[in-house]
Amino acid sequence: MDIEQKGKILAIVVLAGARNKVKPGGAPIFIAENEEEQEKIALNLSRTLKAMAHDLENGVYILMKH
Amino acid sequence: MAEYGTAIVMGIAAGLVARIVILRNDYRHYPGYPHGYITHLFLGFIAAALGSVAVPALLEKEFTAVTFLALAAQQFREVRNMERNSLAQLEKIELVPRGLDFVEGIARVFEARNYLVMGAALVVSSLTLFGNWFYGLLGGLMGILLSIYFMRGETLGELVDVVPVKPHFEGALLKIGDIVIMNVGLKEARKKILQDGLGAVLKPKNDNVRAIIHDIGQRQAILNTVAILIGTKREEGELEWSPLARKNIDTGEIAVFIVPNEKDEECFLEAIRKVPVLESAKRFPLKTAVGRSAAD
Repeated sequence: MDIEQKGKILAIVVLAGARNKVKPGGAPIFIAENEEEQEKIALNLSRTLKAMAHDLENGVYILMKH
Repeated sequence: MAEYGTAIVMGIAAGLVARIVILRNDYRHYPGYPHGYITHLFLGFIAAALGSVAVPALLEKEFTAVTFLALAAQQFREVRNMERNSLAQLEKIELVPRGLDFVEGIARVFEARNYLVMGAALVVSSLTLFGNWFYGLLGGLMGILLSIYFMRGETLGELVDVVPVKPHFEGALLKIGDIVIMNVGLKEARKKILQDGLGAVLKPKNDNVRAIIHDIGQRQAILNTVAILIGTKREEGELEWSPLARKNIDTGEIAVFIVPNEKDEECFLEAIRKVPVLESAKRFPLKTAVGRSAAD
C-alpha cells in the first residue's frame, strides 16, 4: 500500500555555512559544500523522491511532496 | 396498434438522430472510443423508444405506461453514476486532473442528453400522430436544433478578458504579474521556466464571474483543458512543470501558468477562452441585493 507523504518535508539540503539554520526534526539533512553541490543534491533527491525542491533563500532547500 | 407505427418509428428515428448529433467527439475526448459510442447510442435508443411510445400508450388508455417514464429516469440517473465512477477512477492517475467539478459536469451532461432525446422523440411522435409525418419531420428538425442550443453551454472567453503576462522570478518565487505561483528551488528549472513557460491573467468582467473563477473546480478545469489542447511538459515526479492557477486575493484575477509542449501564446490564450464554464461553479451574487451593494 502507498504511504501518503503529501505535505511533508522529505529531506533538507543545507549549505555548510547555513548548517545552524535548521534543527533536526524528522527529515534527513544533507550538507553541501557549495551552491553547485547543493543544487546537484537537490536535483537528485527531487527526482528520486518525486518531490519538489523549494528554496528558502537562506542557504536551505527543502524537498516536499505535493 | 398499427396506426401508431409511423408515429413510433418517426419518434425513435428523431431521438436517435438527436443523440448522434449531440454525441460530440470534442477535445475532451470523451467518449472517444467505439465502446463509449455504443453504450450511449443504445441508451439513446431506449430513451427515444420510451419517449415515442408514451403518447400512443396514453391514447390506448394504458395509463400505467407513465410508470415506465419513472423507470427511465432511474435508468438515466444510473448513466450519470456510471460516467462519474469511471472518470473518477481515471482521475487518480491523471497528471493534470480534470477536477471533481468537471467530472460531475460531464456526468450531468450525459444524463441530461438522454432526457433531451426522450423529449424530442415524444414531440415528434405526437406531431406525427395528431398531424402527419411531415409535421413530425419538421418537429424533429426543430427538436434537434433546440437540443444543440441547450447543450451548447458557456465558455470562459465570454466571461473574462484573457491577458498574456510573462512569468518572472523574484528570488525563488515564480510570479505572474504580482500573483505568486510557486517556489521553484532548482536554478536549472527556473531557467527552463523562463524560457518555455507561458502565463496569462484572467480578468473577470463582473462579480458573478469573479465568483465563478474563484471556484477551485473551475480553475482545475481550465488547467486540464489547456494542458490537453496545447500540451504540457508535466512529468511524473517533476513538479516544476505543473500547470497552476492562483488568485490575486485583492482583485479576484486568476493567473494561469503552464509549461506547454509548443510555446505558442495565441493558442494558449485561445485554449483558455474555450474552457467550458462548469455548472457547479456558477454563482450569481449580483442577483441578490446584498451581492449588488457589496460589489460597488
